[in-house]
Amino acid sequence: MSELREVIIIGSGPAGYTAAVYAARAQLKPLVFEGAVTAGGALMNTTEVENFPGFAEGIMGPALMESMRAQADRFGAELITDDVTAVDLAGDIKSVTDGSGRTFTAKSVILAMGSGYRELGLPNEKRLSGHGVSWCATCDGFFFRDQDIAVVGGGDSALEEATFLTRFANTVTLIHRRDGLRASKIMQERALSNPKMRFAWNSAVDDVLGDAKVSGLVLRDTNTGQTRELAVTGLFVAIGHDPRSELLPGQVALDEAGYVIVDAPSTRTSVPGVFACGDLVDHTYRQAITAAGTGCAAALDAERYLAAAE
Amino acid sequence: MGATIKVSDASFAADVLQSDKPVIVDFWAEWCGPCRMVGPILEEIASENDSIVVAKLNVDENPQTSASYGITSIPTLNVYQGGEVVKSIIGAKPKAALLADLAPYL
Repeated sequence: MSELREVIIIGSGPAGYTAAVYAARAQLKPLVFEGAVTAGGALMNTTEVENFPGFAEGIMGPALMESMRAQADRFGAELITDDVTAVDLAGDIKSVTDGSGRTFTAKSVILAMGSGYRELGLPNEKRLSGHGVSWCATCDGFFFRDQDIAVVGGGDSALEEATFLTRFANTVTLIHRRDGLRASKIMQERALSNPKMRFAWNSAVDDVLGDAKVSGLVLRDTNTGQTRELAVTGLFVAIGHDPRSELLPGQVALDEAGYVIVDAPSTRTSVPGVFACGDLVDHTYRQAITAAGTGCAAALDAERYLAAAE
Repeated sequence: MGATIKVSDASFAADVLQSDKPVIVDFWAEWCGPCRMVGPILEEIASENDSIVVAKLNVDENPQTSASYGITSIPTLNVYQGGEVVKSIIGAKPKAALLADLAPYL
């Protein structure tokens, strides 16, 4: 059995790394599971982050995350680039098993697994994934130079992706179920004034067409039920996220949507010694800075819990 | 035991299609976050396996090869054997999952 640690942190977005910085500075020697391919979290798939305070000229998402990681590393956080495959959180000693089958134990655990993108749930969406269907505009936009493509979704991330994709594409059609957007005003204005943007209002994607790669979409009018085809060679799906809480049912209390329930404004979960932060908890704000804020709170909550247990 | 090799539009035929060993080609770019995650895993696979060549093709600098293989998403890992694509892995995966996908060629 390996040594009993003070705190294990699962996740490595702004929440996980901020918790790691605070826990490391408090001499708690945190062990951080960063994830095998998700290390750095959602910001690894973004480009320019314009709204993180302190970066007046903006900063690239991956650069921001590399900097947070370096800061955690500098104060002695132990970083493991692997996934967690099982947790046992009940009792005073928590155990965490990683992708290579090793088990680690700690007196407290901070959950910061974030969220993953949501799929439309169409059979042809899966089949054509990587052949025109994508969830990462910054990774794949480059391949759609001078082509007609579509983005489905109506929130900030959909508009950000759509606006980004106009750098490459001939036209970008935004497909949205309603006739108005829930995105922030600045993102809406940017998208609505972009000459390459087209809008398919009151429309849902019923099917993705194409043999070896995407050739078009079947759109359904959400008012009349009528369907029509839209010829595009790419579809970017940006319809929201679901919490990555698949290891947690039966361990800590979750709400109906799978988010971890915490005793706000603290980060305490239903289990003593287990704290949760970032997008795993937050379906309201979902910002890098709010995730970092709750990551800090989780480390401070864990520190107080450990001190009280002495 | 080797490191990864860099291939280009110009060298693709000689280094990949005419290779005696199977070749894993990593289609990648600087600006792709998930590609950064897969990069170090491929270095490990290259240094741990003698039976295959692991090659990296920068899609920014080599648009012809990317286009001719219909790459629309990166990272894409294509395995070439005797000049043909025998396996295509799209998207970043953990090392264990990649090793399972690549097992027939290792």
